[in-house]
Amino acid sequence: MSTNSNLTTMRRTVEQLKLEASVERIKVSQAATELQQYCLQNATKDALLVGVPTGSNPFREPRSCSIF
Amino acid sequence: MGEMEQLRKEAESLKDEITAARKAVQDATLQDTVSGTVVVSRVQLKTRKTLRGHLAKIYAMHWSTDSKLCVSASQDGKLIVWDSYTTNKVNAIPLKSSWVMTCSYAPSGNMVACGGLDNMCSIYNLKAKDGNVKVMRELAAHTGYLSCCRFLSDAEIITSSGDCTCVLWDIETGTQKTVFAGHTGDCMSLAVPLDFKTFISGACDFTAKLWDIREGQCRQTFSGHESDINAIAFFPNGNAVITGSDDATCKLYDLRADQELITYQDSSIMCGVTSIAPSLSGRLILAGYDDFNCNIWDSLKAERVGVLAGHDNRVSCIGVTADGMACCTGSWDSFLKIWN
Repeated sequence: MSTNSNLTTMRRTVEQLKLEASVERIKVSQAATELQQYCLQNATKDALLVGVPTGSNPFREPRSCSIF
Repeated sequence: MGEMEQLRKEAESLKDEITAARKAVQDATLQDTVSGTVVVSRVQLKTRKTLRGHLAKIYAMHWSTDSKLCVSASQDGKLIVWDSYTTNKVNAIPLKSSWVMTCSYAPSGNMVACGGLDNMCSIYNLKAKDGNVKVMRELAAHTGYLSCCRFLSDAEIITSSGDCTCVLWDIETGTQKTVFAGHTGDCMSLAVPLDFKTFISGACDFTAKLWDIREGQCRQTFSGHESDINAIAFFPNGNAVITGSDDATCKLYDLRADQELITYQDSSIMCGVTSIAPSLSGRLILAGYDDFNCNIWDSLKAERVGVLAGHDNRVSCIGVTADGMACCTGSWDSFLKIWN
């Protein structure tokens, strides 16, 4: 009967909401600071942000000959 | 009827509780926190390689963990594995069904997977002894299209589907280990973090959900978008999630604060976001749009700092290499472009 399945669905929804309500939350100030810190700490390794020297760019052909 | 009304009231009260709990930790905003940081200077990436070979719209691409090989899926009925350094095609795999919507490269590099309107996820072994790439498994059980798939290992893969569920599969036996139900709209996209303990999904019910893989439960639900979420990715530190939606915006949700921290939008952008990927440090967010472009956002300052213009049709997929050296865009114009 659709009434029974609606009831079951609603019960599940309430259980799920209880679970989600119980999540432990940290302060936004802490979350934001840590996001910012992560970005700044890893900036120098981020090729799309700081660029890649031509010689070490695997997607570019070297312009000059390398002598090994 | 009594219990139904009671449950409805309880549900409303729990939703209010969640809203209040989220507000209670809002002691700052991301904007305030980064007010002392300068916006990144204009990012101008150039096309370094164009991967030509597909004969129809490209719907998906995924980088191998080696940051060199990548796989792309097109409705010309082919999966192509490319060496992005040389533009050579390593494998051109003909598919049984040409209506492919997603593809994935296993972290080991041993397999690729794809699926689409056939409602199945097909796994291909790239390292068969005889050198021929064959279907290894066909994972069938979804009752809707396969929108996304991501390997956890050579033994397990997670799929998202138009049937509103995500599924964890045992590849060896071809069976469903866990069904993740809860979305009330087509699941469009999923992403797995580096620890493989959780995954996130974005759906046509306008929400993103964080799932515990072993418990099989949804832990958190994020709302705010005003239309379908088409793309989702983890911020590189695993503590936040970025989403792209048909509502023309991208959002960043923090997992530990359990809420949206910022929206990436511009009044001049009125078309849907199809794909999204963060740069290595997370400072840049690259998002593909229906208007043929890809916008680059400063993730902290929420300002547009660059554009990748070069495709002649919708950008359907985007991916940044694990080593952060380049990003790849795939388009309905049948080409893939590598940028850095």
